[in-house]
Amino acid sequence: MNNIRTGLAITCLLSNTLIPGIVYGGEFSGYIGAQTRNFFEDALSPEQHDNSLSIVTEPEFFHEWDNADQNIEIKLFYRADQYDKQRTHADIRELSWTRVYEDWEIRAGISKVFWGVAETQHLVDIINQTDQVENVDGEDKLGQPMIKLSTERDWGAIDLFILPGFRERTFPGNEGRPRPQVIIDTGRDAIYDSSAEEKHIDFAARYSHYIGEWEFGLSLFSGTGRDPTDFRPVATNASGTAIVVPVYSLINQLGLDGQAFFGDWTWKLETAYIEVRTGAKKGTSSLKTEGGFEYTLVGIADSQMDLGFVVEYHYSDNQITDTIFDNDLSTALRFVLNDAQSTEILAGITTDVDTQTIGSFIEASRRLGDSWTLEAQLRTFHGTKKGRPLYGFRSDNFAQIDLNFHF
Amino acid sequence: MNHTRQTLILTAALSFLAVLSLPVNADTAEEKGLAIAVEADRRDTGFTDSTADMVMELRNRQGDLSTRTIHIKTLEVTGDGDKSMSIFDTPSDVKGTAFLTYSHALDADEQWMYLPALKRVKRINSKNKSGPFMGSEFAYEDLASQEIEKYTYRYLRDETIKTSDFPDGVDCFVVERFPQYAHSGYTRQIAWVNKDRYVAEKIEFYDRKNDLLKTLTNKDQQQYLGQYWRPNEMFMENHQTGKSTTLRWKNYKFKSGLSDKDFSRNSLKRAR
Repeated sequence: MNNIRTGLAITCLLSNTLIPGIVYGGEFSGYIGAQTRNFFEDALSPEQHDNSLSIVTEPEFFHEWDNADQNIEIKLFYRADQYDKQRTHADIRELSWTRVYEDWEIRAGISKVFWGVAETQHLVDIINQTDQVENVDGEDKLGQPMIKLSTERDWGAIDLFILPGFRERTFPGNEGRPRPQVIIDTGRDAIYDSSAEEKHIDFAARYSHYIGEWEFGLSLFSGTGRDPTDFRPVATNASGTAIVVPVYSLINQLGLDGQAFFGDWTWKLETAYIEVRTGAKKGTSSLKTEGGFEYTLVGIADSQMDLGFVVEYHYSDNQITDTIFDNDLSTALRFVLNDAQSTEILAGITTDVDTQTIGSFIEASRRLGDSWTLEAQLRTFHGTKKGRPLYGFRSDNFAQIDLNFHF
Repeated sequence: MNHTRQTLILTAALSFLAVLSLPVNADTAEEKGLAIAVEADRRDTGFTDSTADMVMELRNRQGDLSTRTIHIKTLEVTGDGDKSMSIFDTPSDVKGTAFLTYSHALDADEQWMYLPALKRVKRINSKNKSGPFMGSEFAYEDLASQEIEKYTYRYLRDETIKTSDFPDGVDCFVVERFPQYAHSGYTRQIAWVNKDRYVAEKIEFYDRKNDLLKTLTNKDQQQYLGQYWRPNEMFMENHQTGKSTTLRWKNYKFKSGLSDKDFSRNSLKRAR
């Protein structure tokens, strides 16, 4: 009891003198959940499994003080996968302090930033590394150490970044599924073209503005590219599958993103120009672009339901690495029921124009009661013949169910 | 467009002068309707900023209840529509989801949504304003700031109506208003404006087919700073679906020193 009192007294003293108010009134939130993945066909590799289970949690703490002009945010992440050792991973998604001044805002620590407007892939979004083991859609990101300085004026918004330290992309491991038909071993050291390796300090800047129904952003990044520029074989596993490690190079990237609203139509465009500064591909440059529209029918058939059509075309000259989005068309339907359970269904296909290889997905989600959410996904791959993109995923059609409890 | 707006502002200014000599005595029904709106707007001007907490109760036809809690900040902008921010506290899976709106009298509003899981600020096509706000019977446009120029008006009649606040009856102006926004979900609204307080006691909303869609009843209205009336309860009933939504307001605060930095797109990311 005495110890607790002493502890409390010290905590109060510290918080009163050093960081006023931090321990008072902070908010805890987050979720804990379970996920199942069920594959419909036998795995290509004997190490892989047809059904797997994983558990996940993402607790969060937030506190603001000084009239909300200062805050700290902490968000931790952990997933334990039944089989895949590389998918069992922990991350600090957020551990940041923010200070707001009248015209400027500074954030320091580990944080996350999103850039861009498109739905299928995020070409200009480069601050955070992709947490690829989470899902094949690449929407999940790892926390990035940063100092961010922002201002928002009549003439637009500017964000300046210093990014000390690089995060390696996560990839499914030996027993992971789906995964490409090589094993990207993230347990071994990655190869860096720069002598600073993962300690290289990167810089980034973005200017964004909107004028009426037009919105645009211009961004620059100079540092270690988040996409590996190559994979180098280092070994083979027990069943003869190649084990590779990623190669990361220094790059410059110029990004442009914009959208415009015309009635029910939202037009979108993202373009990235990338130049490799180091390593075997030094001097190589590449252009990637995606553009399209979203069209929404509000209240279809006299209901509260909205129906959105998303169409996006992708182009890449594949100069640095081959991407599946080189000459592809994505189309999707988004049903938003606008009901009390926030039911949403998103279904889409991406077709490779050259080879007619198709990747498709259906994602449906809704709330159960006040605190639970249920999400179901179905992902399938078609036309995955030998020599075509996604050949490695030819037996990997799967259904995924996520049940999360939010607190 | 600009000319129309100037004319409207001029008209509004003239009618403002007219209402200084209360009671309202304009010539045509349109002038009288506008004069009532202008006087209501004048009385609600000068609050500078406000914050409030709100519980949203959604009921379906079977009477099943689900709730959301939201807190809302508003910044008064002179000469234009207000800026406002709505932040979700519950349900927990959408905690931190926030909407920032820069409303305008005649131009389309600008609206951004913040998705905390993705840390993504997404501009919302303002064409979608007629859609329901988070599954409720309130449309985005019902919750947006009510600027004079958003409607044209027609005074219909005087009427004494009985409400839960005024069981013995309250004298009202009955004013019809026609949304000027091309993508509004309504052809018209009929508002019962309290003659003494110049606040709506009740509003009927007519859909694009001109059928009665919803009725909003403002209950338990309370005056703040000796001037600004705010309802503690707003009850919206959808006559076509049988569903209803109740907004329960509390902790109204005014003039707490909010500024543009509390309504920037960056502020969306740290809104809690």
